[in-house]
Amino acid sequence: MTSFATPEQVGETLAIIETANLTYTYPSGKEPSLIDVSLTVEKGEFVILTGPSGCGKTTLCRCFNGLIPHFYSGKLEGDIKVAGHKVSEHSIYELARNVGLVFQNPENQLFALSVEKDVAFGLENLGLPRGDMRKRVDWALQMTGIQDLRERAPHELSGGQQQRVAIACVLAMQPEVMVLDEPTSFLDPLGAQKIFEVIDDLNKKLGITVILVEHRLDLASRYANHVIVLDEGKIVLDGKPLNVFTSEKARLIGVGIPKATRLYQVLQESGLHLNKVPVNSREASLLLQEVLTRDRG
Amino acid sequence: MIEVKDIYFTYPSNVEALKGVSLTIRSGDFVAIMGQNGAGKTTLVKHFNGLLKPTKGTVTVDGVDTREESIAKLSRRVGFVFQNPDNQLFCETVEDEVAFALKNFGFEKKAIQKRVEWAITLLGLTRYRQSSPFMLSGGERKRVALASVLAWDPDVVILDEPTIGQDYEQKEKLRQFIVQLNAQGKTVIIVTHDIEFVAECNPRVVLMAQGKIVGEGAGKQILTDRKLVAEASIVPPQISQIFMGLSDFGLPTDVIDVYEARDILLDFLEGGS
Repeated sequence: MTSFATPEQVGETLAIIETANLTYTYPSGKEPSLIDVSLTVEKGEFVILTGPSGCGKTTLCRCFNGLIPHFYSGKLEGDIKVAGHKVSEHSIYELARNVGLVFQNPENQLFALSVEKDVAFGLENLGLPRGDMRKRVDWALQMTGIQDLRERAPHELSGGQQQRVAIACVLAMQPEVMVLDEPTSFLDPLGAQKIFEVIDDLNKKLGITVILVEHRLDLASRYANHVIVLDEGKIVLDGKPLNVFTSEKARLIGVGIPKATRLYQVLQESGLHLNKVPVNSREASLLLQEVLTRDRG
Repeated sequence: MIEVKDIYFTYPSNVEALKGVSLTIRSGDFVAIMGQNGAGKTTLVKHFNGLLKPTKGTVTVDGVDTREESIAKLSRRVGFVFQNPDNQLFCETVEDEVAFALKNFGFEKKAIQKRVEWAITLLGLTRYRQSSPFMLSGGERKRVALASVLAWDPDVVILDEPTIGQDYEQKEKLRQFIVQLNAQGKTVIIVTHDIEFVAECNPRVVLMAQGKIVGEGAGKQILTDRKLVAEASIVPPQISQIFMGLSDFGLPTDVIDVYEARDILLDFLEGGS
């Protein structure tokens, strides 16, 4: 399958999201939640957006689909363009075709009496023919592994199951950009991994640009090719995953480093050097096998 | 003490969430209840303060059957911090939220002030005391919910997925905090998927799958048991995965702690030279 976006939709540039000096203050806020945020997300990228709790991640996501400034008032300065559209000049409804947002809390998103109806809701609003709608719903349920829950009431499901439903709802719309705000926080690790794999598939096979807000970097980092770290409303790091994760700054502002990397550091302090910095358990095992064979033999 | 005897629970929708669970939690215990989504973890802990009553079997808290006691009375002893803070928060300011239950329990005004101050400081919420909980981030709301329960100082604290939305630093704070709470004699029960968090806290682990308890014991033993973790759909802690990859060297595989891992590796290398 090829990407959904046509050249007309994205214009001449590869950038699908561009912000310039974005500063935003909530109506009740004393200080801005976002300060001078300038970033570029290119079409087809898999971006992880991370940073300490309360740093402005969710607020930034709300700018991507127009919830800010259309739903949340407050003061917005600077520019933001999504898929070539100036967000301030298009309604949330129009932007929803380009950008799908999966909320942090699935209960804020689900409301229908059955999972199937919830997933179909957005499609009904797009005015899709019934046959197509059925196909898309089936596909989205299958991709998220919840075919069995089709007839169940969303509010009766567990937190993790609800998160899958919320993802299916957005997935069914087949947007160009999917923004997922901690979409796996209620899921167990295997469930989370499955969701990341689904998201990765959407990104690699369908070319959907992914912006994933995540704290669980040990699980998510391998899928990303771009990492943005926010702290107190500002961008503090923006680059390739390995560069960002191994930087001293990331450690200082509390971006969690994988245990495999931590073991490397602890061994280093005790005078045992590994040849490389491992970021997952497989890499650490291999590096340690080398050392154990060499130094013991 | 919480005594769960062979309980079954079926939701009105006919989903059988618990199928014969027995468990004893003693005063001062630190227990992590783990398992896949839908395994019945939250359903089980909702029985500990009487929010749910078993369809079959009994739950007693300090000898009292939860069927014969009001939720209000049980809550005074057993505090419950929900998975989703939005199910718990409703006041206009963080301060009011934390004070709410204290007022209901009839604490004196001065005591309320003191406890609110204590809980808000403890959870790093001082700068938000006059903010609306709904203007805060998900991770911050979670901390408000936690503060509001800790404020009334229950003997047993149940935390349903406490690490959700918390960054690395806050998790570390939360860990120290929980360990300290437990050291002071509180019974702490956490429901969580966060395997690395459990590996660092080192509680007794109760592993659930499909409405039943499939394993119970020290974290080190349960979380490194390949068969059990597969049955419960849990990914073993990263350190134990690393050691599984080193099994050819005759090293133990039941290692979950970074420092223990370091000592084993250094010992092994010294032993050989």
